[in-house]
Amino acid sequence: MSPVLVGHKLHKAYGRTPALRGATIAVAEREIVAVMGPSGSGKSTLLHCLAGVLTPDAGEVHFAGRRIDRLPDRRRVELRRTAFGLVYQFGQLVPELPAVENIALPLLLAGRSRRTALVEARTWLSRLGLDGLGDRMPGELSGGQGQRVALARALVARPRVVFADEPTGSLDSYAADQVMELFVDAAREQGTTVVMVTHEPRVAGFADRTVLLRDGVESMRVDVAAPLATGGDSLQVSAAEADPSAETISWGRPSRRRDGTS
Amino acid sequence: MFGRQGLDPGEALDGVRRPATTDSSAPRPAFRWLLPRGIPDGYSPGDVTISYALLGLLEGASRHGYDLKQSYDRRFGAAKPIRFGQVYRTLAQLERDGRIEAVGVEAGAGPDRRRYSVTAEGVTDLDAWLAEPEEPQPQLQSVLFTKVVLALMSGRPAGEYLDAQRAKHLAAMKSLTASRRAATSNKDALLFDYQLFHIEADLRWLDHTESRLASLAEEVRDVPGSGRS
Repeated sequence: MSPVLVGHKLHKAYGRTPALRGATIAVAEREIVAVMGPSGSGKSTLLHCLAGVLTPDAGEVHFAGRRIDRLPDRRRVELRRTAFGLVYQFGQLVPELPAVENIALPLLLAGRSRRTALVEARTWLSRLGLDGLGDRMPGELSGGQGQRVALARALVARPRVVFADEPTGSLDSYAADQVMELFVDAAREQGTTVVMVTHEPRVAGFADRTVLLRDGVESMRVDVAAPLATGGDSLQVSAAEADPSAETISWGRPSRRRDGTS
Repeated sequence: MFGRQGLDPGEALDGVRRPATTDSSAPRPAFRWLLPRGIPDGYSPGDVTISYALLGLLEGASRHGYDLKQSYDRRFGAAKPIRFGQVYRTLAQLERDGRIEAVGVEAGAGPDRRRYSVTAEGVTDLDAWLAEPEEPQPQLQSVLFTKVVLALMSGRPAGEYLDAQRAKHLAAMKSLTASRRAATSNKDALLFDYQLFHIEADLRWLDHTESRLASLAEEVRDVPGSGRS
């Protein structure tokens, strides 16, 4: 199966500080991938390059078979609006709009009528356990409720890919679990591919696959063959052999430098 | 390979004595432990770990039991110094298993007359133990710490061992998360949560250790009487 999203040998520096140094990642359709790594490993930069928010200095990003990293701004904005959803650590809801209108925004931007957009948005309220909260303003929601509104907003227009940057970073572990369960269930239900950056192993536990970034390159990945309902020892840890552009991915760290030079 | 079985037949592999019966209404444990039943009495970080630590200390130079105790305590005994009796018992077992050999016996009485050196099988076995990630389980920290220090002392790839362990723990997180989501009661879910939090703590410790490997390596080299020179 060809991947829906590929970042190939991505480089990105902020001034003279390199963030990505040849990171390569391929994400299959409907896959839920967690990107982990220490602070400064480039994980948020990778996410934003893949989502077309940042332009890599070198390397390529392909989405659905098309190269997208060199598209003009207008086309990339269009792509982010129609094919991608984004979730950030602190929701970033529009504070002047009630929850239901925040959720409806992508549909309104896509030209749907206000009435149908709001009806659709209300179905998401109940899907994410937010019944009765649609008229609250973002400031009147708890952290977990706000993140669920942000997830609904990211999913409502049925994007192919949702990018999430520390989606539970501001939540306690119980609220984080609830948000992740709803997020993963909704994504699976509508076949959405998810790429999420997290520093929490607990959140990565919800993903199909974990990619570990170090010093701006991918250093390993961990797969579990299938979700295990009853536990057991059938764990499987594998190198990235299934990845079509995997030459920079390896088990262990041959390409890694401990002294931080490149 | 010797190792897990060979050293102390009375002890389970990881040093944990498990309850004889389990409550059939509880979820099947995803791993070999369910801590809410209590840390078994007499748990120790493992005689297995101690024998590999002694093997590692013997790798650089032949030593007497007395030296070994001193070296062990300097490097690994911060929490709990090793007893002389345990050193000699472990050395005798290692010798029986062919992992070490006596290279000199001095005149006189007492167990500390013998000087030991590691054999080729001993080195092979130490390599295998260091490279093999541990099953997630409670109180793993001392085992992992021993591996990291032994690896750094001997110039082995400590970072790779940490990676392999991290992969094992991340895979365990996924499996436990799936189990918890499938749990049908809060009680069951909370048991899985307990394991998840422990594994997460280990993962944080692995990350933290990795970020300090360079300075730890310096520190390990500075300890007098270290293994390889």
